[in-house]
Amino acid sequence: MSTSEVRADGSEETGTWQPSGDRDHHRRPGELTPWELVRWAWRQLTSMRTALVLLLLLALGAIPGSVIPQRGVDALKTQNWQAAHPHLTPIYDRLGLFGVYHSPWFAAIYLLLMVSLVGCIVPRLFVYWRGYRADPPAAPRNLTRLPDHAAYTTDEEPETVLRRAAGSLSRRHRVSTGDGWVAAERGQLREAGNLLFHLSVLVVLVGFGIGSLFGYKGGVILVVGNGFSNSLTQYDDFDPGGLFRASQMEPFCFTVHDFKVQWLDSGPRQGMARGFQAPLTYRESCQGDPSTWSKQKAYDLKVNHPLTIGGTQIFLIGHGYAPVITVRDAEGHELYDGPTVFLPESSNFESFGVVKAPGLTPGQDIGLEGLFYPTYALINGDPVNVMGDDKNPTLSMLAYVGDLGLDSGVPQSVYEMDKAGMTQLKKPDGKMFRVDLQPGQTIQLPDGAGSVTFHGVKHWTRLQISRTPDVWLTLLGVILALVGLLGSLFIRPRRVWVRARRQEGTTLVELAALDRSGGGDLTVVLSSVVDSLQSDRRTTEETSR
Amino acid sequence: MSDFQWEHLSNQAIAAAGVVYFLALLSHLVEWSALRTVPVGRAAKVAVPAGGVSTSSTDDVGATAEGAGAGADAPDEAKRYRIAMFGRLGLLLTVIACGAHFVGLVGRGMAADPNRVPWGNMYEFTITGAFVVVLGYLLLRKRYGLSWMGPIITAIEVVLLMVAVLWLYDPVAPLTEALLSYWLVIHVVSAIIATGAFTLGGITSALYLVKARSLSRGKGSDRGYIARLPSLPTLDRVSYRIHAFGFPVWTFAVLISGPIWAHQAWSSYWNWDPKEVCAFITWVLYAAYLHARSTAGWKGRNAAILSLVGLASLWFNFIGINYFSTTSQHSYANGSAVVSLHEG
Repeated sequence: MSTSEVRADGSEETGTWQPSGDRDHHRRPGELTPWELVRWAWRQLTSMRTALVLLLLLALGAIPGSVIPQRGVDALKTQNWQAAHPHLTPIYDRLGLFGVYHSPWFAAIYLLLMVSLVGCIVPRLFVYWRGYRADPPAAPRNLTRLPDHAAYTTDEEPETVLRRAAGSLSRRHRVSTGDGWVAAERGQLREAGNLLFHLSVLVVLVGFGIGSLFGYKGGVILVVGNGFSNSLTQYDDFDPGGLFRASQMEPFCFTVHDFKVQWLDSGPRQGMARGFQAPLTYRESCQGDPSTWSKQKAYDLKVNHPLTIGGTQIFLIGHGYAPVITVRDAEGHELYDGPTVFLPESSNFESFGVVKAPGLTPGQDIGLEGLFYPTYALINGDPVNVMGDDKNPTLSMLAYVGDLGLDSGVPQSVYEMDKAGMTQLKKPDGKMFRVDLQPGQTIQLPDGAGSVTFHGVKHWTRLQISRTPDVWLTLLGVILALVGLLGSLFIRPRRVWVRARRQEGTTLVELAALDRSGGGDLTVVLSSVVDSLQSDRRTTEETSR
Repeated sequence: MSDFQWEHLSNQAIAAAGVVYFLALLSHLVEWSALRTVPVGRAAKVAVPAGGVSTSSTDDVGATAEGAGAGADAPDEAKRYRIAMFGRLGLLLTVIACGAHFVGLVGRGMAADPNRVPWGNMYEFTITGAFVVVLGYLLLRKRYGLSWMGPIITAIEVVLLMVAVLWLYDPVAPLTEALLSYWLVIHVVSAIIATGAFTLGGITSALYLVKARSLSRGKGSDRGYIARLPSLPTLDRVSYRIHAFGFPVWTFAVLISGPIWAHQAWSSYWNWDPKEVCAFITWVLYAAYLHARSTAGWKGRNAAILSLVGLASLWFNFIGINYFSTTSQHSYANGSAVVSLHEG
């Protein structure tokens, strides 16, 4: 598992980490003792080729997750997809294709990859440690056999040349000397970077695991003016990690006071909203006796500027409208009163919502279901929503009476109405009746069923609240990985040897260099070493390939 | 200048850049078609510096052309002159087009109100990516002897700019809220630089495959474009070096700055969003490429194929995934695919 597999002895990696050499010739070929089988399997698993295949499998295995909707990413989309593909769904479900990143086979790939990585890295750590302390290897006997070499003759004594070589090379190399040769080595940190990178990958995975096992992510829709205190019951949706405990939730609370938004009314992005702001006040601790609460602080929540309380962060991720509606029954009793969250159905904030007003006597429930138009206009007889800004807010809903089924004990969504026990109200002449209201208006329901009043519009904000413990560990891991990666890619491990001997009355100096990453330009290296050796003396130089 | 004028200038500069790239392409084509009749001379090989691995000077077209001129069947003076002139003309035109291209980018940024970096939509990502590709080519041309890449780069530029202008064009518009962050600059710059580098590396790997195939078929012709490509080891090394530069940058873009920004904007640093997954797949593929280069049986041809698979995944992520996949949980406020274009 490295970008340049060069062994400590300088030979190229041949694919497996260790050669298997201990074959017992007395047995039939292919016959292995269990222990040998384990060792064989381990070697296969930790081989470079297996790692490579596992990497490719990981890439291949991640593809379905980016094509098929994932339950953990977008549950609604997944449901719709499943409804549209009834035949494929059971097969896909069995293969775990709706939750690829949590499926056993995906886990198998990355766990095998991790085992392979550890099995590859740990022995290399020892090899590296031993190699780091060892002296640079002695110069090969015949330097001219190396692909990159140079030679020149001089009338200096060999000892003088070698001493000077050792001196000039020791500035940037580790140097060892012997009988008639000098060996220098540099760039050993390349392998260190390589090891650091692979170890950091493990750190990242541990951090990622801790974050997703002990953390949680939840969402809540808050109408402006409402408060929130951090406990499980307050969330609209909650996605905890496998080892999450509710006791880990921090005891903060906050209140959203306002929501500001700017609408672009000209230009190519006309109708786009920007400048979202949700001013809020919060306390870091506000559970139990009010006298023990912490001080109240203010924060301007914006997109890209989450509020951090302890280890928990609060993000502004959406907004919408909540018309304030009052429903009265025939006698004028108030059955329902308050802001009702309508969910936007399109980018212009045409929104859908439901009002459920339980009646004072069974069977007298009133239900409303329909649309909210922030900027209503009637174009060619059709109701049209012009833009997302609430310039002409209008409600247009159908009314029902009957039994909403609220007492049946079956939990209901506040955004859907169970119309099984409800009958739609019609005009006395049998035509369709619609509750069409603008702020301040009241409409009487047919048959004297009651009345509906639309007081005005409030904003709601959708907040995401999440806690990812030890996120710094993951960050540290990726940063270390990057540092290691840079080292392993850009540090050039290099060896330089110099030999000098007397020959026919002069001294023959031979040099050779070896770039163990296989990427360096050694001609420059050699000529600079030659230059530094020749000092100011004029000598004949001969470099050859 | 008013915003409108800036936008106008930008559009004209991009159009001009496209035209000049096309002229540069023509010029390079003339150069290379003239070179077709000239065999790769022996003289060129003599020019290899002794004892060195520096092949860059060997593979430089200028050197090759001169070498060929000194070779046995030396072409007449006029032909040599023509080859050299069109080579230089092509380079000069590429530089001019690159300048116009840059003006186009700056104009895009200045045309927005408030002024911003020109990385708000696919059109802008594409023209910036194309710019980085050509800039990388111009900067590395001398160092790695990339002049053989001239006709390919100019052709790619023409195609990319045409795609951008014809299909991806969007009028200048303010950025969506989630993009208003300094991480936009950090994240997108690194992603685009890596994309440019991987594209250059991919071109080199593709030509490695072409040359390897032509050699293995025994068409050892000493004429034509393929014969003038650098040797296989050189192509492999140049490709590796460019990839080795791109990979850490991509790592930073996808696995560091991306998650940090995602954490700030959408509360979770890794969401298994299609774009993230695809970027991760690309990362794994390039990691596999780097490993493959040093694994027996995977060196050379297979490694080059891997790098091309990585490039395909990269460009699919860059453009394709915005059109094929609509599963994005990152829809902020507007409900639709506002942010799905965020990562470019």
